[in-house]
Amino acid sequence: MKKDQTIGEVLRERGISRRSFLKFCASTASLMALPPSMIPVIAATLEKARRPSVIWLSFQECTGCTESITRSDSSTLEDLIFNVISLDYHHTLQACAGHFAEHIREQVIKDNAGKYILIVDGSIPVKDGGVYSTIAGMSNEQILKETAAHAAAIVAVGTCSAYGGIPKADPNPTGAVSVSDLIKDKPIVNVPGCPPIPNVITGVLVQFLTFGLPELDALGRPKAFYGQSIHDRCYRRPFYDKGLFADSFDDEGARKGWCLYKLGCKGPTTYNACATEKWNFGTSFPIQAGHPCLGCSEPDFWDAGSFYSALSTPTENIGKTAIYATAGGLLAGAAIGGVLRARKQAAVKAHQRVTIDDLDKES
Amino acid sequence: MTVHGTPGTSPGCGSGSPCEIPTGNLIPLLHEIRHALERWLDSGEEHAIDLRGIPMAPGEEDQLLATLGEGELHADLSLTGKSVVIETRFPAVWLVTHYNTDERIVGRYIEVCEMPAILKSQTEDARAGLEYLGKLLNENNLQ
Amino acid sequence: MTDAEFLLWVRGPAFNIALFIMLAGIVVRFMEILLMGRKTNLAEARGSEMAGGLNTIWRRTLPDADTFRRSGFTIIAGNVFHIGLFVVIFLFVPHILVFERLFGVSWAGLPSNIVDATTVVTIVALLAVLVHRVKDPVLRMLSNFSDYLAWLVTILPLITGWLAFNRVGLSGSTLIGLHILSVELLMVLFPFTKLSHAFTLVLARWYNGAIAGYKGVQS
Repeated sequence: MKKDQTIGEVLRERGISRRSFLKFCASTASLMALPPSMIPVIAATLEKARRPSVIWLSFQECTGCTESITRSDSSTLEDLIFNVISLDYHHTLQACAGHFAEHIREQVIKDNAGKYILIVDGSIPVKDGGVYSTIAGMSNEQILKETAAHAAAIVAVGTCSAYGGIPKADPNPTGAVSVSDLIKDKPIVNVPGCPPIPNVITGVLVQFLTFGLPELDALGRPKAFYGQSIHDRCYRRPFYDKGLFADSFDDEGARKGWCLYKLGCKGPTTYNACATEKWNFGTSFPIQAGHPCLGCSEPDFWDAGSFYSALSTPTENIGKTAIYATAGGLLAGAAIGGVLRARKQAAVKAHQRVTIDDLDKES
Repeated sequence: MTVHGTPGTSPGCGSGSPCEIPTGNLIPLLHEIRHALERWLDSGEEHAIDLRGIPMAPGEEDQLLATLGEGELHADLSLTGKSVVIETRFPAVWLVTHYNTDERIVGRYIEVCEMPAILKSQTEDARAGLEYLGKLLNENNLQ
Repeated sequence: MTDAEFLLWVRGPAFNIALFIMLAGIVVRFMEILLMGRKTNLAEARGSEMAGGLNTIWRRTLPDADTFRRSGFTIIAGNVFHIGLFVVIFLFVPHILVFERLFGVSWAGLPSNIVDATTVVTIVALLAVLVHRVKDPVLRMLSNFSDYLAWLVTILPLITGWLAFNRVGLSGSTLIGLHILSVELLMVLFPFTKLSHAFTLVLARWYNGAIAGYKGVQS
């Protein structure tokens, strides 16, 4: 395929009609929560955009993110996005291996310096010189820094690359860090989730191609996809408002589909598109299936207390604290009480009786 | 809630039992459609509602679709995956549903307009078609 | 610190510290009062200490007509925000879950939107008593820093809680984190300010009633 073709040209060459393309734009606009009036704008811009080269680096990860994006099992609209980018390097998906594969990566960097998009999944181990994950004799940190140096932008796909994720979970044996911990001089778009919703991954790429760098929240996530909390978009929200909660996974409340707050739902503090975008082509999402949200698109979700304890409750052993506090209070109270008593007695002792004679002396 | 004459319980809330509390989005949505229809008749202003952007309890969307019903026109489009465009029983109120190749819904819009854009012929496609027709005639020496 | 780390800190170490200070503080204050003791009354008892004490604990909850005429506003506004605080603190389901963790007992809560409305009423009542305190020349003269501090740490959790429930402005984690932090501030100051009346009032009323009861007079 010729480089430097516009996306419109590539699609037409492949016999994809403009109506199909419009349909793709419509579902993408919906995903980005853009008003339907933006569909023609997306279509016009995307059509004229050049196909960017993409390097996908996988570090300490489980391949769940790649599974997510490729598990659009048959030819779908997600495939379209792979027509609009040129995925030149991806360990798991590429056929070649070894030095030849690494050579391709170097070549892409050289040919597209300053223009390619770097996608990263997985966290980067930095402890002990990064020995815990190496590729072709290079540590993940070395590969990341070398590849990031000439990238136009970086997309950190999945919670591991965005925030460190599960590898970073306490006690973090490999010293795992996120992409943004290491790279400071490039625009980084975080697309967290464990894994992220496939449509969101493609949606971010489309947004990047259409409107350039998206508007990000404080955690580096595109607001278009992560602007709303699960709680605010949850269809079970009315139950929360009315105070109807499931107390266990098999009680009446659970069967009636009541709010899962008591069972530890992290919806109120989790920002993601699951509640509206849903999974498996809009079939369902965890809360709809009866399980509380784990908050997988938030930093440190793995260490944020039990998945099954309610958000409002303390995370530590407060029973112990209560016992220590009472014991400490009794000791301190006895001591202070003793001091006060002694003072009182001393005051009584120091009290001098005033007689008529004393008063006479004064005058 | 009852909108289209049948009891408003909806299947699929929790595991199969009816939804006791709807999100309450159904009635406002129908009002939005009514206002949009008024505006279109007055000024020709088109309006589209993205149904995926609106939280709905399982079953509520079915209620909405049942209320809108099906009117005179029903078009199946063979795009990348099927798309279905129907005019509801309220003329100029259209329901556009995009499916992927697995017949799962990837987008659903209510459009208030003369005709949804996706139905119209696209100039880019027409240009390619013209080229192809020319080539066809040329190849067969039918000039 | 990210907002997730902030939330974890307030739910974890900070809550532990606040709980420790509050519980230990309450125990210390009780010990202080109890260990001070009272002088033995050598006069002959003319009535029951216990009956007088218990009677006063109950009777002072209801204002007498005369007091009501003199300070009706204080009594009404005071009752409104105290009942409001009770509803908000003890009948909001996410709060009940905290008490369940603390004491192992649970009870039924109110629908969240009723608690939401109660919060607004309570905030308004608290604002009203502040205005009253500042405007009334006598009250103003009697008030010191501690009074305003007690007011502030009481209204803060209500405001942050309302903001967190209605999700105004900041991220969910930050809002809930700020709410819990404001409650922790209240917990820390609770035993050491006039807020301690929440647990000393029973003792104080009992002493008053018992003294009067011993003398055989009405308190």
